[in-house]
Amino acid sequence: MNKISSFDETNDMTDSKITARNVQVYYGDTHAIKDVSINIKPQAVTAFIGPSGCGKSTFLRTINRMNDTIDICRVEGKILIDDEDIYDPKVDPVQLRAKVGMVFQKPNPFPKSIYDNVAYGPRIHGLARNKSELDEIIESSLQKAGLWAEVKDRLHAPGTGLSGGQQQRLCIARAIAVSPEVILMDEPCSALDPIATAKVEELIDELRENYTIVIVTHSMQQAARVSQRTAFFHLGVLVEEGLTQDIFTSPRDKRTEDYITGRFG
Amino acid sequence: MTDVTTNPASETPASRKKTSLLTVDALTRKRNAAETRFKAYGVVAISIGVFFLAALLWAILSNGMSAFQQTVVSLNITIDVARLEAAEKSIVKTSKYNAIIDEALIAKMKDAGVETEMSGKDLRKMLSSGAAATIRDDVLANWDAIKARDGQVMQYDVLASSRVDGYLKGRVTREALARDKNLDAAHLDIVDQLVAKGTMVKSFNWDFILGTDASDNRPEQAGIGASMLGSFYMMLVVLFLALPIGVAASIYLEEFAPKNRFTDLIEVNISNLAAVPSIVFGILGLAVFIQFMHLPQSAPIVGGLVLTLMTLPTIIISTRASLKAVPPSIRDAALGIGASKMQATFHHVLPLAMPGILTGTIIGLAQALGETAPLLLIGMVGFIASNYPDGLADGFFSPNSAMPAQIYEWAKRADPAFYERAWGGIIVLLVFLLTMNILAILLRRRFERRW
Amino acid sequence: MADHIVKSYDEELSALAGKIAEMGGLAEVIVNNSVSALVTQDLELARQTIAQDKRIDDLLQEIEMRLIEIIARRQPLGKDLREIVSAGRIANDLERVGDMAKNIAKRVIAIDAGLNSKQLAIGLEHLTELALNQLKRVLDAYASQNADMAAKVQEDDAEVDAVYTSLFRELLTYMMEDPRNITQCAHLLFCAKNIERIGDHATNIAENVYYMVSGDRLSEDRPKVDELGDKVS
Repeated sequence: MNKISSFDETNDMTDSKITARNVQVYYGDTHAIKDVSINIKPQAVTAFIGPSGCGKSTFLRTINRMNDTIDICRVEGKILIDDEDIYDPKVDPVQLRAKVGMVFQKPNPFPKSIYDNVAYGPRIHGLARNKSELDEIIESSLQKAGLWAEVKDRLHAPGTGLSGGQQQRLCIARAIAVSPEVILMDEPCSALDPIATAKVEELIDELRENYTIVIVTHSMQQAARVSQRTAFFHLGVLVEEGLTQDIFTSPRDKRTEDYITGRFG
Repeated sequence: MTDVTTNPASETPASRKKTSLLTVDALTRKRNAAETRFKAYGVVAISIGVFFLAALLWAILSNGMSAFQQTVVSLNITIDVARLEAAEKSIVKTSKYNAIIDEALIAKMKDAGVETEMSGKDLRKMLSSGAAATIRDDVLANWDAIKARDGQVMQYDVLASSRVDGYLKGRVTREALARDKNLDAAHLDIVDQLVAKGTMVKSFNWDFILGTDASDNRPEQAGIGASMLGSFYMMLVVLFLALPIGVAASIYLEEFAPKNRFTDLIEVNISNLAAVPSIVFGILGLAVFIQFMHLPQSAPIVGGLVLTLMTLPTIIISTRASLKAVPPSIRDAALGIGASKMQATFHHVLPLAMPGILTGTIIGLAQALGETAPLLLIGMVGFIASNYPDGLADGFFSPNSAMPAQIYEWAKRADPAFYERAWGGIIVLLVFLLTMNILAILLRRRFERRW
Repeated sequence: MADHIVKSYDEELSALAGKIAEMGGLAEVIVNNSVSALVTQDLELARQTIAQDKRIDDLLQEIEMRLIEIIARRQPLGKDLREIVSAGRIANDLERVGDMAKNIAKRVIAIDAGLNSKQLAIGLEHLTELALNQLKRVLDAYASQNADMAAKVQEDDAEVDAVYTSLFRELLTYMMEDPRNITQCAHLLFCAKNIERIGDHATNIAENVYYMVSGDRLSEDRPKVDELGDKVS
């Protein structure tokens, strides 16, 4: 009696944009992330799922070193992006964050115009030499974020005046304006209605071609919809990582199974 | 409570009685009654507050408004250059001028048809003892113009004495004058006649707002202008020291400083400093700025420094509160696209915190403007404000007073005429505070309306 | 496995499993009855059996409605998803089993004469016994969520096939012996084929149970021999 396993066992180092090796994160005395190793594929969406407080957001934030802003947070282990250790003392987190963009849970446009929101990143990184170059960057970013048609006539209206879903897409446009390679999304749709969510998900699917996307989500359906690979975190441990269809139909680990079927929260 | 314990079984949901929503049960009624009572307490509390505020305003306005009017007598003085030159050459110069005033006054009374047997000297009691000095100052200031007008008649408005002024404002009664050696009923008869003729009138008292303090026996000449300048220079010092230092300190503490025991200690100390009595800052200023650093006594620069120390905690606390109120998502957003911490703070956090910072600063300034105690300790007492400062540097470094100290000074003087000025001073001070508060509101509106 | 946080979800799933069990039991009964009717030429039983199949069809519809409702309301994932998809497939297989039994019962009426050979009946009964045993075991495996038992059922289908092949040859022999037997034997041949198909459905169910429980697919490369003795891969 042979079992056919549909699992691909090909997740090796050779095709990996982000490689984490034995990452530990401590908040003061709390050991928040325990020995996480994972390979994240380029040009694909990887979803992190898990119950609240499982460390998925914390781990996401180690990838662009947003945890540096928290005094008591300490990171051990290695995280490589294109084989460069981002926790190397020579790495400036500001430069890293231009390469690894982030979209947050709550749409958080700056209280400025739509134009200025998108222009901020290119301006501080000196990506545009003149006004017309900047305009170009802004148009293409908004276009990639699927927002251009909706806002092209009111670029100088405040960004905070847009609807929730538009604001979130504006935040995505802002992130891609600095042409990052990786986009991290921390529950980007949790504050949006289903239609706006669908639009953002469609956008994520389109962006996959050019970016490596890591998304944290509380909605398993969303992870199932948008991601190619899924990682399940529980109590700071990476329990299981694999192809999304496998994780959601026949997970290997009982904890994953219990979580996705709604047996513990 | 009691009905639950007496019959617990009946309270279980299973055996709950069927009730109608149309009848209000006893518990609900009690609850509603308690709510109504509480609302009534609130209304009573507010009413008491409003009553006291109204009483205070009424007291201030009724006592102080009269300070903005002053009784003057217009005298026609014939310019006699030879006589003026002689007066300037004599030893007691003002007494010569007094003689000129006496003549003018008698002439005026004759014109008005007022008969009296009093001598000029006696009549002059109706005028301010500073009247001669006022005319002389004008003569000296415009000596060339005066010389050119030799023989012509010029009209001078001379201040009436504080008692005459008080009589016209109803402060001084004929009965009270019986005990007064300076003035008697005969004077008041003349005053009544002069008023009826329109020679003696009450006019708006610009000197009170713009003038300097005067000595104890000339309350009619005392003004708050010099100490207003003193306050102004102090506020300049406070604004240009406390705002940048306070905002910089707050930004550092809130955004950059590591959170450890040392910064905790600083934080606690700042909060405590805000509660330190202002007189402590006064004695500190005296010890450090005057005795140790040898800065000039009674100077607005020292007052400003002391008030800066006093205002800093207020500004720091309010600035930190408004920085804290900026949602962290804005910082995250900026950091997330690769802004440095400083860019995030100065491009995004600070502009959003600006209305709060400005409000805090203006409230702090207003508080400093009304502060008296520390100023008394560093010598910024009222009677010093009897000269205007010459120029900007002098404004900071020469002795002066401040509005609240001036008010305190007047309030403790014996003559009831000063009492009226103290109230008047309070009105001026309140107008200033009100203006600053309105400014704070306008600034906040303006910055908040940006989006 | 632990219960769901939402209790009504558990109730829905166990009600579903109950319906499958009921359907399975009913399928066993009518297969048994149809073959009995065939062997004893009991036309009344045959008619009853045909009527009972209607009940199985109704159950299938009911189960399908429940499945759709659960999918719509619970968006099942993982084991629940496999359970629900498997339940649908199992119900379909059971319905086919019912159809097979109905087909046999119809033939009872068509033959309308006693079996000529007791020998034939014994062979058919033996095949039925084997197939029913397969069905029973796979339903047990479903109820007890036992993947190994399901794998065993799939493996044992070869035995059903073997018995069927020998019965096929036997019937051929009878037809060659006496052409008057051909009509009856042809009917019997279809009956035997139906019972063999029941075995195959049991195997399908076994594969579904195995997938449902373990999340893996059973490999299908077991020796499979058709009635012509050729290996079918």
